[in-house]
Amino acid sequence: MNASYSWIKAYVPELDISGQELFDRLTLSGTKGETWRRLDKNLEKIVVGKVLKIDPHPDADKLVICQVDIGSEQIQIVTGAQNLFPGAVIPVVLSGGRVAGGHDGGPLPENGIAIKAGKLRGIESNGMMCSIEELGCDKNLYPESNPEGIHIFREEDGLPEVGSDGVEAMGLKDALFEFEITSNRVDCYSVLGIARETAATLGLAFKPPVVKFTETEVKTADLISVEVQDPELCTRYCARICTDIRIAESPKWLRDRLRSCGIRPINNLVDITNYVMLEYGQPMHAFDLDTVAGHKIIVRRAKNGDKFTTLDGEEREMDDDVLMICDAEKEIGIAGIMGGENSMITDQVKTVLFEAATFNGPNIRRSAKRIGLRTDASGFFEKGLDPANAEAAINRACALVEELGCGRVAAGMVEAGQPLKPLKHIPLEPDKINALLGTTISREEMIEILNKEEVEVQGDEVIVPSFRQDLNAMCDIAEEIARFYGYDRIPVTLPKNSATMGGLTKKLTVEKVLREVARYAGFSQAYSYSFESPRVFDQLLLPADAPERQAIRIANPLGEDFSVMRTISLNGMLTSLSTNFNRRNKDVRLYELGNIYLAEEIPPTKLPDERMQLTLGFYGAGDFFTMKGVVEEMLESLSLLDRAEITPYPEGEKKPYLHPGRQAQVRLIAGKNSAAVGYLGELHPEVASNYGIKTRVYLAVLDLPQIVEQAGFDHRYRGLAKFPAVTRDISMLVPREIPAGDIEKMIRQRGGKTLESVHLFDLYEGEQIGEGFKSMAYSMTFRNSEKTLSDEEVQAVMKKILNGLGSMNIELRGV
Amino acid sequence: MIKETLDGIREKALEAIAQAADPDKLNEIRVSVLGKKGELTGILKSMKDVAPEDRPKVGQLVNDTRAEIEAMLDERKQKFEAALLNARLAGEVIDVTLPAKRMNVGHRHPNTIALEELENIFIGMGYEVVEGPEIEKDYYNFEALNIPADHPAKDEQDTFYIHGDLLLRTQTSSAQVHEMEKGRLPIKMISPGRVFRADEVDATHSPSFHQVEGLVIDKGITFADLKGTLDEFSRKLFGEGTKTKFRPHHFPFTEPSAEMDVSCFKCGGKGCRFCKGSGWIEILGCGMVHPHVLEMSGIDPNEYTGFAFGVGLERIALLKYEIDDMRLLYENDSRFLAQF
Repeated sequence: MNASYSWIKAYVPELDISGQELFDRLTLSGTKGETWRRLDKNLEKIVVGKVLKIDPHPDADKLVICQVDIGSEQIQIVTGAQNLFPGAVIPVVLSGGRVAGGHDGGPLPENGIAIKAGKLRGIESNGMMCSIEELGCDKNLYPESNPEGIHIFREEDGLPEVGSDGVEAMGLKDALFEFEITSNRVDCYSVLGIARETAATLGLAFKPPVVKFTETEVKTADLISVEVQDPELCTRYCARICTDIRIAESPKWLRDRLRSCGIRPINNLVDITNYVMLEYGQPMHAFDLDTVAGHKIIVRRAKNGDKFTTLDGEEREMDDDVLMICDAEKEIGIAGIMGGENSMITDQVKTVLFEAATFNGPNIRRSAKRIGLRTDASGFFEKGLDPANAEAAINRACALVEELGCGRVAAGMVEAGQPLKPLKHIPLEPDKINALLGTTISREEMIEILNKEEVEVQGDEVIVPSFRQDLNAMCDIAEEIARFYGYDRIPVTLPKNSATMGGLTKKLTVEKVLREVARYAGFSQAYSYSFESPRVFDQLLLPADAPERQAIRIANPLGEDFSVMRTISLNGMLTSLSTNFNRRNKDVRLYELGNIYLAEEIPPTKLPDERMQLTLGFYGAGDFFTMKGVVEEMLESLSLLDRAEITPYPEGEKKPYLHPGRQAQVRLIAGKNSAAVGYLGELHPEVASNYGIKTRVYLAVLDLPQIVEQAGFDHRYRGLAKFPAVTRDISMLVPREIPAGDIEKMIRQRGGKTLESVHLFDLYEGEQIGEGFKSMAYSMTFRNSEKTLSDEEVQAVMKKILNGLGSMNIELRGV
Repeated sequence: MIKETLDGIREKALEAIAQAADPDKLNEIRVSVLGKKGELTGILKSMKDVAPEDRPKVGQLVNDTRAEIEAMLDERKQKFEAALLNARLAGEVIDVTLPAKRMNVGHRHPNTIALEELENIFIGMGYEVVEGPEIEKDYYNFEALNIPADHPAKDEQDTFYIHGDLLLRTQTSSAQVHEMEKGRLPIKMISPGRVFRADEVDATHSPSFHQVEGLVIDKGITFADLKGTLDEFSRKLFGEGTKTKFRPHHFPFTEPSAEMDVSCFKCGGKGCRFCKGSGWIEILGCGMVHPHVLEMSGIDPNEYTGFAFGVGLERIALLKYEIDDMRLLYENDSRFLAQF
């Protein structure tokens, strides 16, 4: 919402603070300033001058030498402008002054352009006569000014006095503010609304325009009838008629106000509707009554498939949710959005029908979206306007018609729609308000505050004016009190009631522990999007019937690449690793904590299962067993390692996106059952190639819901060993296909309680070993926590282990 | 007589010790003088020739001599050892300016650093950290937050829809409703999480980002408490000298509502490029929970009041760590991450 300082001041005559202060004060009372700028920025030493004499330049065909009266003296200025004549009154910047921009209309330089006396082709020039753009203005907003030449003041606008302030004469001693209006404050999408807030904020008197005009004998009701067939969509339709229309230029004050808000003046009639829209926040429409068949307005829904040509010449297709303004025969406008070509006002108009209506905001918003036509008017209507304001605005327009000599106002207003609702009453509850705010504001002060913003209090009740549709309950009144009392004056306290225990949930605690382990294992945290392309499934080599392909689709995605919710967490990781690889970053280790989204059915009818996944990935230094180590560290940090096993996948259950010979599942054993809680492996080279990664990648994924459930943070001290340990090494020849895990498992089982630890210290496959075999050597430590182990005891255990090896067809090479 | 012999042995031994060139030589001397077959031992062996009454005296003399020689031997030995150690140390000098062998510890994501700071502050103030679902029902994301079907705020937050009443939540405020519905009062919680809005990716926008929602509901909670809590939070997050400014604003689910600015933590409020010269930086939205919102979740607004606030995590991270492009947060370039 834009408003100029001078326009606000028109309704708050006592306003007398700087632009910056107004900007800051309004922001603090809830009308948030976005930007503001002085219109006279960089305009210095600019006076009104009068051209006395024009002589040709002796050495330049395109230049002329002007003698210019600037009141105090006469100066000589050389110019290239073609539109000057003796007697022309113009803005002149004197030597040592400054203008805002160049005459080419490019972006305004931050510090303007300094003007100095000098010589132009040998002839002295002591200043510059200014064009619109040199004054920092948009020439499109000055239709009366010659776009190619110097701005010339016109007699019909009242000539300014020669020698007087040129900036003042241009109407540029002003500032323009842009405010961010919140959606609840429809009333503030108007200069009057801003002025009312200004007055209330600064404690100054608010003086809205006095609307008065003389009605003619002609009765509006004799000239027009209005029927609203759908009062849900058109709450109120006000019609007034002005006769004897004379289209002409608007006066300068009105043109200046429009352009201060960036609106180009057109003619008195168009300018009046635009002016009232800015001033009252009520869009209006003007019809040529002679084009309204049957002198009847009918407001009804369009029919599906209706075609309608709007006044921009476009033919558009309607549906039955779009509200139309019709006459007795045809549609003449899309309600609240744009009028029709068939009822457009021309310069020949004699009688004007003004429309000021209130339409259903959401309906206008939906219609504008569907038709693909958002206009200034629809932008207003979709906020949901005040029906009472429609009448105020139409009357203001009629007053301006009279004031501008644009026409005569017929008697009375015709209206249709719903009757105006009675004003809301809300109890004024000072105790409750103070209790909510934590303040001790007196009842009297509250009433004073409310009165300042034109909200009346009668007895114990707040009478809500119709323009404040946002005030419904005590808390709304509390906000009004608070913002004018000053948010900054409200005390600063801490909640004093019952003490609460803060903390993380178990899930978040587990995540925190995992983040720490990942970090110390050299992994940095990555974040990737939750939605991705369905092509991901192909890139990951998932078969057509893979459950991962049952992904939730977004109905209105930003594009195919962001259209499905991920069901597998690898794509984000691989994309990030790929980015790093392509940027030649070495030894990259990343992890991500993020959800996958699994639905029971597609499309989903209930909330999907959101499963937090810990995804680890790296390339560079390290191999499968590095990743296995990281996974084990993670499990150990959650007291799960003792219950975990990392085993090969049975055939048929292997992950297609991992190297078929280098992948494993992570299982957690609970009693007699065990369940897969994750996997790890080397990335399948084809997938790596799909992601453009030309090196080996290792991945691990842990499914956190299961892990969180079983994780523990309890620790129990077991006592340090007091008795000596006995160590035995065995080396053996093992058939290649027997996994080390099986051997270890057997050793542990048979080793029983006395076996403290077992570890592989040598593994060899190659020339010296027979085809199909590997050489393995384990070191085992035995210990009894109660006593020193005897040789016999160790021998007995060893015997069991060796028997076990024998039963696995493992040949012992040495003990 | 014996005394002269002893003196002789001692003189000779001390002379030899003084002359010894290395520890081996000292050992030789020790053996030749004090050893089993050594000179001094020889004297002791000849004690039987000494008159019994003189034996203690002679014994004493022998022992004194022995002690003297031993002391001298030890002293020399220590000198040799010290010299040896010094020589070794001198030979082991390293260039400490050579590169370190790093553990290559990984790095936290700036989002997480900001989140953990926030969490620690609020946990310290007694807040529970809870989470809500990212795919939500319209009711929790909008309706229960006082944003009915036709509310303009629904348009303002360009929503990704899934199917039926399912959507990607546009705000963590949805977690408020779940928490209130549990019916356990008082409530003091923050809820961090991922939210989604249909914004194209650019330097300042991302279709997916993170918020942290805060909610306190109890008897007698006031707007002053809201101010106090967020004031405390701001000082802990941005530094002790940080000032806060509350500006009236509008959110459908709070009334009164406010936006909070903090004094610019880069320039201290003087005005710089971070605060665009204003000295203030907009940080969060907040307000008193709307009674209608309480009511819808089964809390009696006549008995309980509360406040809520929502912070954009990326916003904090970008501002605090001077990151100029939001896309960096989702690219995961190791050179970027290594800076945190």
